[in-house]
Amino acid sequence: MSKLKSSSSELDLDRPNIEDYLPSGSIQEPHGKLCLRDLLDISPTLTEAAGAIVDDSFTRCFKSIPPEPWNWNIYLFPLWCMGVLVRYLVLFPLRVIVLTVGWIIFLSCYIPVHFLLKGHDKLRKKLERCLVELICSFFVASWTGVVKYHGPRPSIRPKQVFVANHTSMIDFIILEQMTAFAVIMQKHPGWVGLLQSTILESVGSIWFNRSEAKDREIVARRLREHIEGADNNPLLIFPEGTCVNNHYTVMFKKGAFELGCTVCPVAIKYNKVFVDAFWNSRKQSFTMHLLQLMTSWAVVCDVWYLEPQNLKPGETPIEFAERVRDIISVRAGLKKVPWDGYLKYSRPSPKHRERKQQGFAESVLRHLEEI
Amino acid sequence: MGNASSTLTQYDIEEVQRHCNNLFSQQEIVSLYQRFCQLDRNAKGFISADEFLSVPEFAMNPLSQRLLKMVDGLNFKDFVAFLSAFSAKASLAQKVEVIFKVYDSDCNGKVTFNDMIQVLQDLAGSFMSDQQREEVLGQVLHEAGYTKESVLLLDDFIKVFDHANLKMEVEVPVD
Repeated sequence: MSKLKSSSSELDLDRPNIEDYLPSGSIQEPHGKLCLRDLLDISPTLTEAAGAIVDDSFTRCFKSIPPEPWNWNIYLFPLWCMGVLVRYLVLFPLRVIVLTVGWIIFLSCYIPVHFLLKGHDKLRKKLERCLVELICSFFVASWTGVVKYHGPRPSIRPKQVFVANHTSMIDFIILEQMTAFAVIMQKHPGWVGLLQSTILESVGSIWFNRSEAKDREIVARRLREHIEGADNNPLLIFPEGTCVNNHYTVMFKKGAFELGCTVCPVAIKYNKVFVDAFWNSRKQSFTMHLLQLMTSWAVVCDVWYLEPQNLKPGETPIEFAERVRDIISVRAGLKKVPWDGYLKYSRPSPKHRERKQQGFAESVLRHLEEI
Repeated sequence: MGNASSTLTQYDIEEVQRHCNNLFSQQEIVSLYQRFCQLDRNAKGFISADEFLSVPEFAMNPLSQRLLKMVDGLNFKDFVAFLSAFSAKASLAQKVEVIFKVYDSDCNGKVTFNDMIQVLQDLAGSFMSDQQREEVLGQVLHEAGYTKESVLLLDDFIKVFDHANLKMEVEVPVD
């Protein structure tokens, strides 16, 4: 595994105090006079470390929790076997056909529209929007996606962004089939990257590179430019920055919340009975993930378009982000954890350790004065 | 128990239980195995230092480097044996022994003034000067009847923590 680097101080500004969430009082307050035992007693710190080894709230967010196996007895097992045959030998080929037909229709309309209507931008944009929605619908049909949308359909207005919790890249496809969003995404390699640079460009998407720190300013500027434009597609942002397993939400990056515009939260919850839609990018490539979806019974989920929120007077962007995260988590029944999703790729900053050290040093020094 | 297998047999569980002196129940051992497999990403049979440090709560801990030396590269049996000191059923002596081992970084059975200063350094970081650390440690040692040249053994530690209410317990989540 490649060495993880310590996150730069820039990323610190993104998150509120973890100490407010984690159990405090790790270093014991010696009572009365300081004695040798108090000084040698490292048990609270050790216990915390051992506790983190045994279970921690961060790794929990990225664990694929398999649903309870139900095929465990002599009646249900043959039923399950039949189910497997149906899924792989009947449904899967049908779905591949549906998807292929969809792609043929899409490409045969998209390519002419894209090249022939070069001069008529408004019309071209409108047609491309419809076509992107169409291919997304085909994708959703290829997993037998049953999506229930609640709430008013998003409108194309300037000065608004949409934020949603993130479980897999299919989140984007599910939302896109209803409304052609512009999205901000990590650039991926392979066929996904090809789709990103061709088709998604046409809906006005923005790319970033997680590992480049300078990238953030450029991206922030492009975000601002996008939302100013009156007929740009509404912008969809996944502020968690990474895929989480649809039981928890990690902290939202404040980038989407300091653009000075309305934030419309969208909550997505998948029904695990049919398939676990969490894309564990450490374990599977996106292609394998799609194949897994195409060989399951269905992808069933709920999408709630929630009430648009604005920055309240006196509220910082971080507080705003937490408030919106609260709204989404409550609606989708997710638990909140105080971790930054990027800790998947980098180490926590030394600031947290220094806080603990400072607390300990201060309590010892206080007693030193009393001796 | 193979390196790469992800299932434990009843024999394996009993063997691990014997190795940790029955301080964990069988269910807890199964949970710990799931956790072990989760942290050991490429099923090597042990958890590397990097994989331990990928747990943010562990990486933030001031004593993480010292603990890493003790847990890096342990196989599952030894991993459970290490954690058994944190079980509710562990004796005071066992807990004190872990504390002693953290101080005794060169594993020679002796804890010197310097060893204790270094642990204080880990705990207090840059918020205490060298002089303050030496002063505080010197004072409490003196009051306990030791000097700066004293070398503490495990028995000394057990004496220091005698009758202490050492709260060093970790709960293993059992599904």
